Amino acid sequence: MADTFERVKKIVVDRLDVEEDKVKMEASFKDDLEADSLDVVELVMELEDEFDMEIADEDAEKIGTVGDAVNYIDSQS
Amino acid sequence: MLEKQVALVTGASRGIGRAIALELARQGASVVVNYAGNEVKAQEVVDEIEALGAKAIKIQANVSEEEEVKNLIKETVAQFGRLDILVNNAGITRDNLLMRMKENEFDEVIQTNLKGVFLTSKAVTRQMMKQRSGRIINVASVVGISGNPGQANYVAAKAGVIGMTKTAAKELASRNILVNAVAPGFIETDMTNELTDEQRESMATLIPLERLGKAEDVANVVRFLASSDAAYITGQTIQVDGGMVM
Repeated sequence: MADTFERVKKIVVDRLDVEEDKVKMEASFKDDLEADSLDVVELVMELEDEFDMEIADEDAEKIGTVGDAVNYIDSQS
Repeated sequence: MLEKQVALVTGASRGIGRAIALELARQGASVVVNYAGNEVKAQEVVDEIEALGAKAIKIQANVSEEEEVKNLIKETVAQFGRLDILVNNAGITRDNLLMRMKENEFDEVIQTNLKGVFLTSKAVTRQMMKQRSGRIINVASVVGISGNPGQANYVAAKAGVIGMTKTAAKELASRNILVNAVAPGFIETDMTNELTDEQRESMATLIPLERLGKAEDVANVVRFLASSDAAYITGQTIQVDGGMVM
């Protein structure tokens, strides 16, 4: 999981242009990391590429925090 | 002008779609000729494009079927590596007076002409967002603005396309994906040849430029909307109708 978190964190930092220390498990993409809806869609797309997986739209809609993304990815692998 | 760009034109085996495919190829774009049923005609368009010195392939897909649309986009990107221009041109008519129109006549037109635009636009967005650029050009119709007797289904679909164009333009502008529509008027194609003489005459008298349009008249505007000259235009519907509706 630590590894997943680091990989997710790198993508979030690159994509949302935020400070690394703001990217915590409990950080909300929209509230804490200032992502808009389209940013979240794009993040999910990049996570799919990074982890070589497909995230269904229904599941993607439930991803609100960094932790949600990390846990989802770990649950699928 | 469109060198190294890749364009996908739906319903490109004949009529306006064919003219658009040829025009984009003339500007140097590689073109995917999508068709629903007429493989022979689609191959003719591919041959014509290759004769112009541009690249082209044909891909069969019914735009109202999500899986077929996904494969269409996947195959396009697999073949050419990117996708810069989507032209949603595929369309059908099932004309009938409202009172006589069957439910399936309504549904079929909505499925192809409206849902088809939704499905293709949704499917290309991922690729265009990654590229941070893209153009989606929807072929609507002037009747989507003015209404037209005998075409409740077609008019509803085309008006829907104009609304979807504006919404997609707003959603995607921040990613440099520009979405516009052209609204052809009375253009000489197989589709308008099916109209009755009565419909034809009544429409012709309404055209200030006193002639029917040509598929090329529409293709020229699509070429403009696909080009860098149109970089500050999004969410618009440009009528190509000889002044028929103002």
